[in-house]
Formats: sequence, structure tokens, C-alpha cells
Amino acid sequence: MKLTAGAVITEPGNAAKNKTGSWRAFRPIIDVEKCTGCGICSMYCPEPAIHKGKPAKVDYDYCKGCGICANECPFHAITMVPEGKR
Amino acid sequence: MKKMLTGNEAAAIAAKLARVKVISAYPITPQTVVVEKLSEFVADGELDAEFMKVESEHSALSACVGAAAAGARTFTATSSQGLVYMAEMLFIASGLRLPIVMANANRALSAPLNIWCDQQDSMAVRDCGWIQLYCENNQEIMDTTIQAFRVAESLSLPVMVCFDGFILSHTAEPVDVPEQKDVDEFLPPFKPQYVLDPEKPVTMGPMGVPEYYEEIKCMQQEAMRAAKEKLVKVDAEFGKKFGRRYKLLERYHSDDADVVLLTMGSLSSSVKEIVDRYRERGEKVGLVKLKSFRPFPVEELIDALGHAKAVAVLEKNISFGSAGALFLDTAASFINVEKPPLMLDFICGLGGRDVEALQIKEAIRAAARAAESGEVRKAVRWLGLREKLVGLRT
Repeated sequence: MKLTAGAVITEPGNAAKNKTGSWRAFRPIIDVEKCTGCGICSMYCPEPAIHKGKPAKVDYDYCKGCGICANECPFHAITMVPEGKR
Repeated sequence: MKKMLTGNEAAAIAAKLARVKVISAYPITPQTVVVEKLSEFVADGELDAEFMKVESEHSALSACVGAAAAGARTFTATSSQGLVYMAEMLFIASGLRLPIVMANANRALSAPLNIWCDQQDSMAVRDCGWIQLYCENNQEIMDTTIQAFRVAESLSLPVMVCFDGFILSHTAEPVDVPEQKDVDEFLPPFKPQYVLDPEKPVTMGPMGVPEYYEEIKCMQQEAMRAAKEKLVKVDAEFGKKFGRRYKLLERYHSDDADVVLLTMGSLSSSVKEIVDRYRERGEKVGLVKLKSFRPFPVEELIDALGHAKAVAVLEKNISFGSAGALFLDTAASFINVEKPPLMLDFICGLGGRDVEALQIKEAIRAAARAAESGEVRKAVRWLGLREKLVGLRT
């Protein structure tokens, strides 16, 4: 790849190539027992990096670890765990 | 055809001859006539361009950024407070590599409020990534503005054409106005590399993350380095067609001179007069007039000044707490050169203060004394300063 003058991006829709998962300091962990599959987390996720399902599925390639999903989950099924810890 | 034109008129007519497509500018003394003239040209149907009226210089340059990104040949003009108000957008225009051309009528910065000439305004934004060219007279304003579009568009770099407020902006002198067909031949329509076009989408101004930002900045620096060569080439072509050349710097009786003065802008004309008088008496005094401040022609300056015993820089700006910007860059150019000339910096002509013959001679005498004794006791001095007023002398 060679950079263009002024950093013009000539290929549209390539934001997906920028995997923002590395920004994450806290990782959302889903409690499969508590998750009802309501999908509220996916509606609030600004990325979107969490998808509706039972249980909901986090796309860790893009999840920045903002914690909004954990904050919004009415069933407290999502916990934010510091990266590097289990 | 020769016409009596002020510097402002020369800049406006040059932009018209360049067939600019978008003009966005905000009036400010002493640049106002540039804007006035161009709006008249557009209103009278003499120039097929969009004149975008805005509420500030920040918006004026923002509008120019959009227009240039959409592929239009774009022109703006400002001065002093207007230029520093543009500061944020200046960096964006150059970072986006948009070939905008600007006329800047050099004027002092507030406070205290002062509408007269010095070069503090453009020096304050010297690091903004714009090519900066300084003009000595109104003909040079005309010719430099036309050349500026060629240089800007071939390297995707914005160009600032600087000329001294009032001294040039408001003084009429004969200017040879090139024929439209000759300018058209010299300056073909702008063909941008990338354009904002919904049919062929691109992203301009993306986030430049740490992994890429440094490379993108390096590309700007490389383009600036290439600009030196391009300025020379375009100037030579211009010379062939119109019979006038300016080069990156002019050597005026400097090649065999022991004492060489270094100036930018209209002050060069005054110094030439003084140099002539010294030469009549057989004294080896010369002048180097710098036209291109950015890119700074290091090799050319070493070549032009290296033989001198002492160099006296006369400049209408100061970097407070340090020295004049021209002096600093000139001194830095010689950092790895063996036996560089002695250098003295004379801050002068601030806020419209006249730089008189007596003062230029004072600078020459000081430089000659340094050359003779081999030492500089005080490198940075003020010319024409009323020392009593600041309590430096009783």
C-alpha cells in the first residue's frame, strides 16, 4: 500500500479494515444464564459490535469496550472485565 | 499591456487571468481592494466564478477548502488578523494537500492595533505547510500570483503570495498585464488528482492514526522539498513566455561583496538604492533578496552568502524571546558549513515604521565592523528604535 497525498482514501467503505478491538481496556463478558436474547445491548451498541441472539454475541474485533451494553442490559447479564484478566 | 496598478489590483487581476472558479474572502485593511475588485469582476460578468461571501476569514478559508476539494481553482486574500484567524484552516488546507492560492497583504498584528506593514502575520504562520513567496513590487505580485497556481496544482500544495501592506498594496506603479491567451497557454485548467464526487466517492480528511500520521507529514515535507525545484522550473518557463524571472532568491551585487544584506519584500528596493551608492564608491556591499521563504532554499543561500564576511539580515518580524525568523533560518542553514559568515539580525520596520536610508547604512556599518574585527558583540538589534521611549537609554 502507498499513501496518497493528503491521505485521501479512494476505496469507499473500508472502515471495517480498522479493527478497533485493540482499543479495548475492558472486555464485556456475557452471562449465558442471565441473557434473555432481548437484543437491547445490540440496539445501544454504537459500533455495532454486539449482536442479538441467545446469548448475545460480541464481535471482539471491533468492540472498543465502552461498556454501554453492560450499562443498558436490564438483566445484568453483561460484566466488564479488565483485559488480561479472566 | 502596461497599466498603473496598485499591488492589490495586480493580485486581483492575476487571479482573474488565472480564471479562478471560486473566490472566498473577507475584507480587511490593507487587502480589501483585492476582494472588492474580484467581486466586481464576478458581478460584471468579466470573470466566470463563484464569489462566496462569508462572515469571517476562518469561514473564507473553510469555503476555499471545500471548493478546492471539489476540484475548483480557488483563490482567497487576507491580511494580519485575518490570516491568524485562518490559522486552523491553513494547516488543514495544506494537510489535505489542496492547491489554494492566497494573496496576503503583510500587516502588523494587534495589540496594539496597527493596520500598517510588517511581516509578522505571515511569519507567525510560517510552519503551516504553505509555500510562502514574498514580492518586491507590483509586477512581481502579478507574476508570482500567476505562477503560484502552476506550482500549487502540480504539487498539491497551497501557496501564499505575500506583499507589503500599503507600501505595495496601495501604491500604484506601472505593471505589465499579460494577455489572457498567453496566461491560458501558461496555465492550463486545473485537473485535480482527487475530487469530491458522489459518483466516485473518496474520503478526504480521515483520521490519521499514529501508525500513519508521521508518514503523511513526511510526504508534506517531501512535497515542499520538491517545490523548490518546481518553483525554479515554473519561473523559468514563465520567463521564457513573459520575459520576467525571479528565481528563489535574487543576488544583487552580492557575489563579490564582503558585506551582504538579506531582505524579503519591498524593503529590497530601498536596500538596492543604498547598495548602488556604496558600489559607486567602490565598496563591496551587496544584497540577497529572498523570494521563497517556504520552501527555504538552504543550498542556494549557502551559495549566495557563503563567501561573505558578514551578513546583515533586515527583517520586519520578530520571534519574541528569540530573533527574527529569517535570521534564524539563515543561521541554521550554515550550521554544518565550515567558516560561515558572521551574521547580524536587524529587526526593523515593525508596524509601518519607515526603514530609512540612514538605518540601512547603520546596518551596513555594523556588519562591516563585524567583518573587520571578526566578532559580533550583539547579534540581534533593532533599527530605528527610539530607545528613550523604552528606557534603554536616558
